[in-house]
Amino acid sequence: MTDNPVVLRARGIDKSYGGVHALADADLEIRAGEVHCLAGANGSGKSTLIKILSGVEAPDRGEIEIAGTVTSKLSVVGSISHGIQVIYQDLSLFPNLTVAENVAMTTRVAGRARIISITAARELTLTVMKRLELDIDPDALLEELSVAQRQLVAICRAIANDVRVLFMDEPTTALTWNEVGTLFQVVSALKADGVAIVFVSHKTEEVFALSDRITVLRNGKVVAVGGVAEFDRDSLVEALIGRQELEERIVSSDVHDSPVLEVNSISAPGLFAEISFTAHAGEIIGLTGLMGSGRSEVADAIFGIIPFTSGRVAVDGHDIRSGDVASAISAGIAYVPSDRLTQGIFLDQAISRNLVASSISSLANKLGWLRPKAIRAGVDKLIDELSLKVGSPDDPVSSLSGGNQQRVVIGKWLATNPRVLVLNGPTVGVDIGSKAAILQILREKAAQGITVLLISDDVPELVSVCHRVLVVRRGRLVDEIASQNVTVEAVRERSIA
Amino acid sequence: MSVLTRTPQFHIARLRGRNNEGVLLGIIALLLLLIAMFSPGTLSPAMFADILRSSVVNMALALGVLLIIISGGIDVSFTAIAIFAAYSTVVLMRSIGLDNGILPFLAAAVIGALLGIINAVLVAGFKLQTLIATLGSQGIVRGALLAFVGSVYISSLPSALAQIGDARLTTIGGSAVSVLVIPVILLAVGLAVVLRKTMFGRSIYAIGGAPESARRAGIRVGRVQTVIYIAAGALSGFAGMVHVALVGHASPFELVGTELTVIAAVVIGGASDAGGRGSVQGVALGVVLLALIQNSLVRLGVPGFWHTAVVGVVILLGVAIQAQSRRRRSKRSTILESAVTA
Repeated sequence: MTDNPVVLRARGIDKSYGGVHALADADLEIRAGEVHCLAGANGSGKSTLIKILSGVEAPDRGEIEIAGTVTSKLSVVGSISHGIQVIYQDLSLFPNLTVAENVAMTTRVAGRARIISITAARELTLTVMKRLELDIDPDALLEELSVAQRQLVAICRAIANDVRVLFMDEPTTALTWNEVGTLFQVVSALKADGVAIVFVSHKTEEVFALSDRITVLRNGKVVAVGGVAEFDRDSLVEALIGRQELEERIVSSDVHDSPVLEVNSISAPGLFAEISFTAHAGEIIGLTGLMGSGRSEVADAIFGIIPFTSGRVAVDGHDIRSGDVASAISAGIAYVPSDRLTQGIFLDQAISRNLVASSISSLANKLGWLRPKAIRAGVDKLIDELSLKVGSPDDPVSSLSGGNQQRVVIGKWLATNPRVLVLNGPTVGVDIGSKAAILQILREKAAQGITVLLISDDVPELVSVCHRVLVVRRGRLVDEIASQNVTVEAVRERSIA
Repeated sequence: MSVLTRTPQFHIARLRGRNNEGVLLGIIALLLLLIAMFSPGTLSPAMFADILRSSVVNMALALGVLLIIISGGIDVSFTAIAIFAAYSTVVLMRSIGLDNGILPFLAAAVIGALLGIINAVLVAGFKLQTLIATLGSQGIVRGALLAFVGSVYISSLPSALAQIGDARLTTIGGSAVSVLVIPVILLAVGLAVVLRKTMFGRSIYAIGGAPESARRAGIRVGRVQTVIYIAAGALSGFAGMVHVALVGHASPFELVGTELTVIAAVVIGGASDAGGRGSVQGVALGVVLLALIQNSLVRLGVPGFWHTAVVGVVILLGVAIQAQSRRRRSKRSTILESAVTA
C-alpha cells in the first residue's frame, strides 16, 4: 500500500481567515487505492484543507501537486476534472432537484455542458446505482428522501465522475450502524478500483476499522502521519487532543429512589406506542435505537414538541400537557435538541445572551427590567461550570468551535435549574476533548440530583455515563439494559437485533 | 433497469405537477365553470380576447421576474426599468426623427439590459439582499427617468410603432388580438427551453435551491446571477415597449405600481419565494388566472381599488399553498409497523 503512487500532494499550505490561522504549513500526501483518515478535533483545519484541495477556497501559500502538475490554486472545475470529489458533511446537494439531476450536476459542470439531457442524467444515475446495488427513484425530488438515502445520493454523485480521490467529511455522523456498514462496503469496492479515499472522522473506532494511513491535524498543523499500524487508540487520542483520555465507564452509585420523570404508556400515531419508563433523581438514562426508530420522537414528545395521544408524562408527580412545550419547561424539563445550529442557538448573538436566553425571566426584577449584574454573575458562573474557552462573553457564538457551541446550548438550559435534562445526540459532530467535557458535565449534574435522559446512538458514550440504557425499535420500547449489564457489546447487540 | 413501483400518490403528484400547475389549471377551470353558471352571457370569445390582451404585458414582465425568483431572489425594480426603457426609446425616436416598427423593441431591451447591470452589480458584486437592492434601483431608475428623460405625457407614437401596436393578428368574437402576442409567446417558449434544457437554466435552479452547494459543485454563482439580472432587465425593457405600443401613448407614470400583480402571477404559478422552484407554464397559468379574476371583478362592477386587495389575497394564497405542500413533502415518515401496513 505504501508503495502505491502518490495521486495528490499538498505542500506547505497556509490559510488564514481574518486573524485566525486555520492552516499552518500543512502537508498531505494521498496515494492511489488507500483509505486515508484525516483526523483532528473541531477547528483543527480539516475542513479548510478539504476546501482548498477541492478548489472552493484558495490557499494563502503553498502548492498542490496533482497528476504530475503543480499549482498554487485549484478551481472547483479543475479539481473535479482532476478526479477530486468531496462528500461534504452537509452533503451539499440540491433539495429542489431530482435525484438524477443531483447525481449528474458535477459531471455536467466539469464537462462544461451547455445543453443537458434528462434522459442521460437518469441513465447515469441508474448505472451508478446499479454499481452500488441501490434502488432509489431517479425522478424523486431529493427533499423527499430520508437522510440516509440523501447520503447515498451524494456518494452516487461523487462516483458518477471519474473519481481518483474521494474526500468524505464525517460521512457517518448522520448514519446508523447498518448504513455505516453499507458505506464501508462501498468504500472497499472503490478502494479495489484504485480510488484513494480520504475520510474525516472523530470516531476512533472507525478510524482503526477503515484506514490504511492516518494524518492527524491539530490547531492547523500536521502533528502525526503514518500507517495505521503505527498508531494505537491511546497514541491517536494523544495526537488528536495533545493528551491522553480514555472513555471509561464512570457511573455513580448515588441514585435516589424517588421517581422524578414518569413516562407512562405514551403513544403518538404513526411514530411510537406504549412507551413507559421511570427515571429517578441523579440518574442518567440512555435512550438508544437506530436512526428512524422513534428515539428522537419520544424525546420530542416528552418536551411537548410532538403531542402524544394517550398515556401521561409527569415530573415530580405533576402532569405535563401533551404537545405543550411551556408546560414541560415549567415542570422543570430542559431539552437540548439534536440540531444545535437551527434549533438550539442564536449563532450571531453574544455567548452571554445565549447562555441566559432560557432563564431570562429569573434574571429580571418584578417590573420585568433585566438586572445586568445578576446576568453577568450568572454568565460567569456558567462559563466556569462548563469550562468554556471564550475570548469574551460578548463574542458571538459563531466564533466558538462546535464543541464549545454545544456546551453553550447545554449551559443555556442548565441556567434554568431543570429537574430533568433531556439531550438528543449532544456529542454528534463534537471533537473528542469537548465530548469528554460534555459527558463530565452530565455526571456532575446527575450528582447534584438532576435526572438526565440521553438520546444517542454512540454506544461507547452511553456506556461511559448511563446507569441504564433503554432500546427503542420501530417505535416501541423493546429492551432495558440494567446497570450491571451495560457494556459496549451488549448495547450494540440489542439495539441492532 | 429496476422496476419502480408507481403508487397512486405518484400519479396524483404527477397530475398536480412539480409546481402545482395542475392545481392552477383546476382553479381556472372551476372559475370558468362558475362564470358559466352564474353569468352565462359573459363567457364569450370576446372575453378570451380581452384576457389575452391584458395578459401580454404581464406575461413578458413575469418571465424576467420568474428568472430572479427561481434563483432565490426577488425583483421590484422591473416595472421602473420597463417604463424607463420604453419611454426613453420613444423620446429618443422623436428627437432623432426615427420611425421604425421593430427597432424600438430592440432598443428598449438594450436599455433594460443596461439598467439590469445596476442590479447585477448590487446583487452579484456587492452581495446585497435582492429585495433591498432592487428597491434601491427602482428608486434610482424612476427618479432618473423623471429628472433626466422627461415627465411629459406623449400622446402620439411614431407612426410605424403605432401601427405595430394596432396590428391585429386575428379577431376573436369581434375583439382584436395584437400581433405582439407572437413575440411574447416565442420568448416564453424560448425561456422554458433554456430553463429545462440548458446547463445555464439548471444552474439557476441549483443556485435557488442551495447556493453554497452550487458554489461547491463548480457553478459560477456570481456569473449566473449577473446574466439573469441583465436578462431580466432586457425582458422588462421589451415588455415596457409592448405596453407602450399597445396603449398607443407613452407616459412615464405608467406600469410602476403593477409589480404586485406580476409577482403574484409568478408566485401563484408555483415559483417559490424561497427559490429553486417555478416554471414558465406555471407563470402563464398564473398570469391568465389573475387576468381572469380581474376581468370578472370588472364585469361584476367591483370598484378598482378592491382589485389590489384581491391581488394581495391571491399572493398570500399562493404562498400559503406552497408552504403547505413544502410541509407535506417534509412530513415525518411513519415508524410504527402498524402504521406502515395500514
